Amino acid sequence: MNKPVLQVDGLSMDFGGIRAMCELDLEVHRGQIVALIGPNGAGKTTFFNCVTGIYNPTAGNIFLNPPDGSKPIRLNGLKPNQVTRKGMARTFQNIRLFQKMTVLENVMIGRHCRTSSYIFGAVFRTRATVREERETVEKSYRILQKVGLAGAVNELAENLPYGAQRRLEIARALATEPFLLLLDEPAAGMNPQETRELDELINRIRDEGHSILLIEHDMKLVMSLSDKIFVVDYGRKIAEGSPREVSSDPAVIKAYLGEDIDA
Amino acid sequence: MFSLEQLKKSLLVSLWFAFLTFPLLVIKVDPIQRTVLWRWENMVLVAIGSFLVSLLVRVFNQHQERRRERRAAGGIAEREPLIQVILREPKYLYPLSAAVLLCSLIFPHLVSTYQTNILITALMYVMLGLGLNIVVGLAGLLDLGYVAFYAVGAYSYALLNYHFDVGFWMALPIGALLAAMFGVLLGFPVLRLRGDYLAIVTLGFGEIIRLILENWNEFSQGPSGISNIPRPGFFGVELSLESAILYLYYIMIAMVIFTIFVVNRLQDSRIGRAWVALREDEIACQAMGIDKRKTKLTAFALGATWAGMVGVIFAAKTTFINPASFTFLESAIILCIVVLGGMGSIFGVIVGALVLILLPEYLRALSDYRMLAFGAVLVTMMIFRPQGVVANIRRSYQFRANPDGEGQ
Repeated sequence: MNKPVLQVDGLSMDFGGIRAMCELDLEVHRGQIVALIGPNGAGKTTFFNCVTGIYNPTAGNIFLNPPDGSKPIRLNGLKPNQVTRKGMARTFQNIRLFQKMTVLENVMIGRHCRTSSYIFGAVFRTRATVREERETVEKSYRILQKVGLAGAVNELAENLPYGAQRRLEIARALATEPFLLLLDEPAAGMNPQETRELDELINRIRDEGHSILLIEHDMKLVMSLSDKIFVVDYGRKIAEGSPREVSSDPAVIKAYLGEDIDA
Repeated sequence: MFSLEQLKKSLLVSLWFAFLTFPLLVIKVDPIQRTVLWRWENMVLVAIGSFLVSLLVRVFNQHQERRRERRAAGGIAEREPLIQVILREPKYLYPLSAAVLLCSLIFPHLVSTYQTNILITALMYVMLGLGLNIVVGLAGLLDLGYVAFYAVGAYSYALLNYHFDVGFWMALPIGALLAAMFGVLLGFPVLRLRGDYLAIVTLGFGEIIRLILENWNEFSQGPSGISNIPRPGFFGVELSLESAILYLYYIMIAMVIFTIFVVNRLQDSRIGRAWVALREDEIACQAMGIDKRKTKLTAFALGATWAGMVGVIFAAKTTFINPASFTFLESAIILCIVVLGGMGSIFGVIVGALVLILLPEYLRALSDYRMLAFGAVLVTMMIFRPQGVVANIRRSYQFRANPDGEGQ
């Protein structure tokens, strides 16, 4: 009865004649941190884009199984905003914050899909809108406290230091109340201190019941965080398993370091 | 004051300008006399002028740079401009707006009908600016065909009145609704477009509406337009021309207050934030669960609503409309109001509208140079103050120190 929260079967993606991803299978179980690694151009971000609805995959199936036990949701063909509504949120490899909005507002945007007030409510400030708005502010603030940005609520996002911008992206994704969080290279460009804090943060998020799928190049972080690792190269899965298994897999070593000359 | 380097660069600029303007400003061929007139004095003027402007810009930039460096070195936070402080603090803002309101209420009793009329026009542009501000300033959708919705509003009142004898107050919501419908109609095909492409399509849409009105004689009476449109009724009482204008003026004041009220509430609401997010990053916006299509269409529809309302008022004010009132130039002026005033800032748009509409009225003597001045003002603004007269400030929230984080 323990179904994976995210189940991807035979996912392929063609761009014209180029097959960027070939029959990829992947599963994320509840409460797991799963890493997707591979050399540059291996198709990791393509995978994320397919799963989150930015691309429509050529073949294969993507299913979400909400942890509350409701029936599985097929994600193929859904728009990004619908996917987010179903309970899967993501961050971006190149930071995509709303630069000219404040930190708090960035997180409040994440609450958009869980709230419903519209023009009428906004203009007449109905009781429901006021309550919803207060709830949005409070919940957003709490999330900011969690990621350690509570001191910068009214700063513009563009004025934050790099590491803080990354954490804000995670906070914004958390605000959509996802049960599955997709992190695309969260540690890219961070210094060792920031990376350590990120490690802690991701662990904390997992402990709160979110499942996490991440793409990462920082092997130290990947090895210490993940319960399971999938390795892709040229759009194909070349290995999967625990960090220990993967790091000693000859195919993985070949993909990363090249073939041994003697062999 | 300025270095040799700056002088040298400015000199180069002035030489380049003299060279560029040479064929246009220096050579003049007289085909009848079969002579060529060499106007060298123009070249000298161009050279001196461009040299001075270039030097001025350079000195100004250097000055700004130094000031920024000094601030960074001294760790002094950038001082908030006075205007932002006033706008943020209710204890300044409320008395000030009350004073402005009071002034505007007694204003028409102190001046002539002509002045009141000019002010009505200015207020109409305030409304148009605030409407377009939703589309351009908040949602970031560059709409160059805004005047189309203005025309829809104006013609809906004119035609409904002509055929069915519909009164002003009935026509006002109908015009707004029709314009909103046209907004959605335009919105659908351009949902996927961004930036320049969106600008061109909306520009085309604006022209289409105008051309239809101009050529479909049976429907809109073509270029001769529709006349004898009644002014707003006052409970069935026949008003003299002066009091009709006065009445219209007060209607406009009320409408502007209504607009400010609505836009102000919208911009810090859930939907207002979604618009700004859409402007900032469309992909991230969708990934955060915002329906791009719905959000864009709402922005177009709401922006158009205001244009429709002003259209109805315009028809009622001039009592005569024809397609010539709805050219691209109108769209450009409204856009200038928004950009000059400050994208997304309500106060900025009001200032922009008053400046851009009132100044040309009072400088009628220089009307030949109007377009030239327009261009010059915009270019200068873009160089020195790209964020507009009054920049938009995002709302800030205060939190108590306790860990519950009570929102305020």
